[in-house]
Amino acid sequence: MKQRAGKPGSPWLLAPVLAGVGYPALAAEVERWAFNMIEGVTPISREIHGLHMEMFWWCVAIGVLVFGVMLFSMIFHRKSRGVKAAQFHENTWLEITWTVLPIVILVLMALPATRTLINLYDTDEADMDILITGYQWRWKYDYVNDDLSFFSNLSTPREQIDGLVAKGPYYLLEVDEPLVVPINQKIRFLITANDVIHSWWVPAFGVKKDAIPGFIKESWATIIEPGIYRGQCAELCGQDHGFMPIVVEAKTEADYQVWLSEKQAEMAAIRELTAKTFTFDELYQRGEQVYLRACAACHQANGEGVPPTFPALKGDSMVTGPIADHIEVVVHGVRGTAMQAFGEQLSEVDIAAVVTYERNAWGNNMGDMTQPIDIYNHKQGK
Amino acid sequence: MAANENVYYVPAQSRLPLLASIALFLTVFGAAHWLNGSAKGPWIFLTGALLFAAVLWSWFATVIHENMAGLNNQQLKRSYVWAMGWFIFSEVMFFAAFFGALFYVRTFALPWLSGAGDTSSTNEFLWPGFTEQWPLMTTPDMVRHGEQAVMTGPAENMSFPGFKAMLGWLPLWNTLVLVTSSLTVHIAHGALKNNNRKSFNLWLGITVLLGISFVALQAWEYHHAYTAMGLTLNSGIYGATFFMLTGFHGAHVTIGTLMLLIMWLRSVLKNHFKPHDSFGFEAASWYWHFVDVVWVVLFFVVYIFG
Amino acid sequence: MEHGPAKGLTRWLFTTNHKDIGTLYLWFSFTMFLLGGVFAMVIRAELFEPGLQIVEPNFFNQMTTMHGLIMVFGAVMPAFVGLANWLIPLMIGAPDMALPRMNNWSFWILPFAFCMLISTLFMEGGGPNFGWTFYAPLSTTYAPPSVTFFIFSIHIMGASSIMGAINIIATILNLRAPGMTMMKMPLFVWTWLITAWLLIAVMPVLAGVVTMMLMDIHFGTSFFNAAGGGDPVLFQHIFWFFGHPEVYIMILPAFGIVSAIIPTFARKPLFGYSSMVYATAAIAFLSFIVWAHHMFTAGMPLAGELFFMYATMLIAIPTGVKVFNWVATMFRGAMTFETPMLFSIAFVVLFTIGGFSGLMLAIAPADFQYHDTYFVVAHFHYVLVPGAIFSITAAVYYWLPKWCGRMYNELMGKTHFWLAFIGLNLTFFPMHFSGLAGMPRRIPDYHMMFADWNMISSMGAFLFAGAQVLFLYIVISTIVAGRKASDKVWENPEGLEWTVASPAPYHTFSRPPPIQ
Ligand code: HEA
Ligand code: HEA
Ligand code: CUA
Ligand SMILES: [Cu+2]
Repeated sequence: MKQRAGKPGSPWLLAPVLAGVGYPALAAEVERWAFNMIEGVTPISREIHGLHMEMFWWCVAIGVLVFGVMLFSMIFHRKSRGVKAAQFHENTWLEITWTVLPIVILVLMALPATRTLINLYDTDEADMDILITGYQWRWKYDYVNDDLSFFSNLSTPREQIDGLVAKGPYYLLEVDEPLVVPINQKIRFLITANDVIHSWWVPAFGVKKDAIPGFIKESWATIIEPGIYRGQCAELCGQDHGFMPIVVEAKTEADYQVWLSEKQAEMAAIRELTAKTFTFDELYQRGEQVYLRACAACHQANGEGVPPTFPALKGDSMVTGPIADHIEVVVHGVRGTAMQAFGEQLSEVDIAAVVTYERNAWGNNMGDMTQPIDIYNHKQGK
Repeated sequence: MAANENVYYVPAQSRLPLLASIALFLTVFGAAHWLNGSAKGPWIFLTGALLFAAVLWSWFATVIHENMAGLNNQQLKRSYVWAMGWFIFSEVMFFAAFFGALFYVRTFALPWLSGAGDTSSTNEFLWPGFTEQWPLMTTPDMVRHGEQAVMTGPAENMSFPGFKAMLGWLPLWNTLVLVTSSLTVHIAHGALKNNNRKSFNLWLGITVLLGISFVALQAWEYHHAYTAMGLTLNSGIYGATFFMLTGFHGAHVTIGTLMLLIMWLRSVLKNHFKPHDSFGFEAASWYWHFVDVVWVVLFFVVYIFG
Repeated sequence: MEHGPAKGLTRWLFTTNHKDIGTLYLWFSFTMFLLGGVFAMVIRAELFEPGLQIVEPNFFNQMTTMHGLIMVFGAVMPAFVGLANWLIPLMIGAPDMALPRMNNWSFWILPFAFCMLISTLFMEGGGPNFGWTFYAPLSTTYAPPSVTFFIFSIHIMGASSIMGAINIIATILNLRAPGMTMMKMPLFVWTWLITAWLLIAVMPVLAGVVTMMLMDIHFGTSFFNAAGGGDPVLFQHIFWFFGHPEVYIMILPAFGIVSAIIPTFARKPLFGYSSMVYATAAIAFLSFIVWAHHMFTAGMPLAGELFFMYATMLIAIPTGVKVFNWVATMFRGAMTFETPMLFSIAFVVLFTIGGFSGLMLAIAPADFQYHDTYFVVAHFHYVLVPGAIFSITAAVYYWLPKWCGRMYNELMGKTHFWLAFIGLNLTFFPMHFSGLAGMPRRIPDYHMMFADWNMISSMGAFLFAGAQVLFLYIVISTIVAGRKASDKVWENPEGLEWTVASPAPYHTFSRPPPIQ
């Protein structure tokens, strides 16, 4: 597994800061002190890194020149040294020079940038397509050519966020189901969103594309090294914008195929469960897990919600009303509100479980339950 | 006090600005409450709006009195001219935002939704079967959700019906009315310059009537759209752009008509305006011409090429 | 008519005097600056270390949003309008602003607008939590109910700005003393003339876009909803058509201020006056055709992407001309380093650094990595804090003696400068690093690898805040107890404002002054 972070750089640059803040061991701290863009693992990300450094050095050079002259004047042309101010205040040639020179520099910058951009936009002839949909606040991955799709949720436990237990090494950058892709293939990402705008960003690929609801925008990557690459949603998308990370596992072609067939088998197994009849306890327990994963962000773990945007479920008339209405809301959502259609997001089993849970948790005690097959039938419009 | 060419008139303290701010605040504060479903909202709004009207009234009265008292020199009058000119420019930019939205939707958004451009996948995965048209009668939502669609298109649109049916086509008459009114207000101005009060009153009066008829026709058109054509604010992006553009234009015509009406009353009742001192009227007439120009653009963009 | 100020509160409530109104604007803006600063402190405190400590994520987003809105619309813009009110009539030899009553109206709208905006924080569902850029549909379908109040407060702020700008243009074009030709006007007047023009051109567009939001929210239109044929990205285009010129609205007057201060303390005329004027105009023109550089990752077609990249890069040229002119003004001068000069020099250096990072952001492919990270936050704070805020601070030190007739304490001024300078760099420089290392903006919590930069940022921010408290103290103590300032105040400053007494009489230039 590879964790690519900033290059160590010149440690002595940081030494004074480190001493000041009081971190003793430098070696272990390298990642914490990452200070530059990473080179990444795609041809594009490397080109971008090159551009970035080139731009940076241009700026440094111009800065040294400009600030150098300023510093020189500030040292030598100060009144306390008894100098007499010159009175010149115009020079057309000078003005022309410092107009034309920057133009030349800018052209030099624009050329490679144009090349990279054209390259970055070339999504043709991809080997595979992945449809990525942003939801508040999780990602959905559709393997368009392989009839496979799943959601990817933050897996950092709440206790770590609240500081009750120590934070793990991949704090906020870990998910339950990473996106798995093969290396050395041109992967086209088709990026969209279901509710608000999100942005799918994996620094190591040099891919950042806004996920616009109703439109699909494309990007692509050819990963050249296997490894686990992490990123985050990069467009403010509401309350949990900071909590919808992206994890991509790049595998060799052979490993990828193994994973793919395992995953497909797993999916088939879940589908089979739809026909099974569960006991109340099975449903309730599964439902609690599903609830915490999919619903608690808005309706809160205690079911009290955040009115008026996110209504309470505890004692709510919808939850304590007819079960069919309850299923309808969960499956198809409530259009025009933040309540999404979970029919697309959760399996029949999970929906049955979560509905059962909601109807019985927090003192709702309806005592009824529903089976996956009911959900399936509901979806079919029966 | 007569205007001294070297002394710019700086008015003494005034309560009007503060009152105007309070009124404006109450108006929008009430409107926001109203929209959010609070029962107090309409009342606060109404209080604010009435107060605002009253403040404007006495503000303009003050300005008119100052002018008649000869406090305003040529320079100050030029300030008013500049101010009105730049105000109209700001209005142009306001309309530009809406025209821009229309342009963007027709040139970019709809083609993309129907699969044009680099990303044909938008159509393939999200709105299969949607094809771009303008006016947009079938929205992407209808293509995708059929009966359950919320964002539905209109049943009919307002576009040019062809030369045969032209005479029964309201927008054409509206255009005629408004263009004529621009002409009549111009004639009125000429009459004023020639110190022909009677002719001025007549032509200005006609202009006001034309303005009123425009608004009435427009109201009728809206009524027809809502009741007979299924064309509403909710009719997808076509309805949205149609009503926002024509609606804001209509609101401006209403304001312009009011302005001209007041000028007419001032002239008829109070004998205001002199051949070379009639800025109040001129400002209103510029505004009128501006409203007219917006209409002409709108007529072509929204109706003819719509 | 020679009337002095009225007595008591009515002086301020009903005033038509440009100096009073300028003072009102400046105090209002300072209040807003402190409030926006307190919100920033909440942000910095939450980001002091990883984990959620102080505020809920939703409240954090409200803080970010309010901080941005209040700083932009409440602190920087009114401060520049306040300076314009005080200085433009003095600089061009006019008796007052062209339309004094409307001037007062422009001001008094603001307190109401901001009270309404701030009150949203206490409403059910909380205040605006969608960023100061309020992208749809987060700000429409998914917004808290208070968004309606937010929209209307933007409307009336816009009205205030437009009226203020109209007033300034009318004043400059129409009220110059005879002989004060356009090309003799101080640069501050020039930059404000152009700024006012920008304001009139773009504030209505902002009004238009919030109106569309209002319609989408309450009247079922579908401007920003693909289901009805609209496009969320349409919102961004209209917003940034306003938003980009807006950022130059926040910097052009600053250029004017610095162009007044540097020559005074270098004891040398401003280098390249006319090229400064042309550069300002060029920046203003270009600012209208670069807006989509904020949307490089929104999936524009390639051609658009290239156009906006090139156009954006061009802005470096006129801005560079300005920087070079300031440096050439300092070159071979006889410099002293009073507080206004220190702030101005820091302005030139740090603004240029902010400009450099801006240029890096303009490189579209690279922006795919920078966008919506702290690198952007670093960029815009470098152009806004040591840019706009430092220039305003410099202006206050430079002209305060003229306004109140008393001199500030130089030692305290310098202390303020150094605290602010150090605090600011500690706060915002590390943001370049955390951004490049991959930290997204607008998040309340982050991975440990960003922890150290954030801690430094937070500590710097607290230091900077302390410096601002000192500033408040300095201003107040100068007004009440500073030693008497001379009419000229500085050794050999240029401009009509120095020809009147200190403090400037309530009415000045009732008769136009002679121009050399
Ligand atoms: C006062 C405000 C101000 C100013 C002056 C600027 C100035 C510039 N800005 Fe900035 N900008 C903001 C405020 C400002 N900006 C804000 C608030 C945002 C974020 C908004 C948000 O998303 O919330 C932003 C964001 C922003 C972005 C979007 C980033 C992103 O979200 O991904 C970009 C991209 O192009 C950009 C570019 C520039 C450029 C090229 C300039 C140029 O004008 C800079 C020109 C100056 C120089 C280059 C330095 C001096 C020149 C020389 C010494 C000459 C020689 C130099 C060379 C030839 C290199 N800015
Ligand atoms: C002119 C504009 C301006 C100014 C002056 C500032 C000033 C500051 N800004 Fe801000 N900032 C913006 C404009 C501005 N900012 C914008 C537009 C955004 C984007 C918003 C968005 O994403 O939507 C932003 C976002 C932003 C962020 C990113 C938030 C996020 O992405 O989640 C941060 C984080 O550190 C920050 C920090 C600061 C700090 C520490 C200051 C300091 O300079 C402030 C210093 C001032 C004071 C502190 C007040 C004085 C002191 C007191 C009143 C004493 C009391 C103080 C204490 C309690 C300690 N700003
Ligand atoms: Cu999703 Cu931010
Ligand atoms: Cu910009």
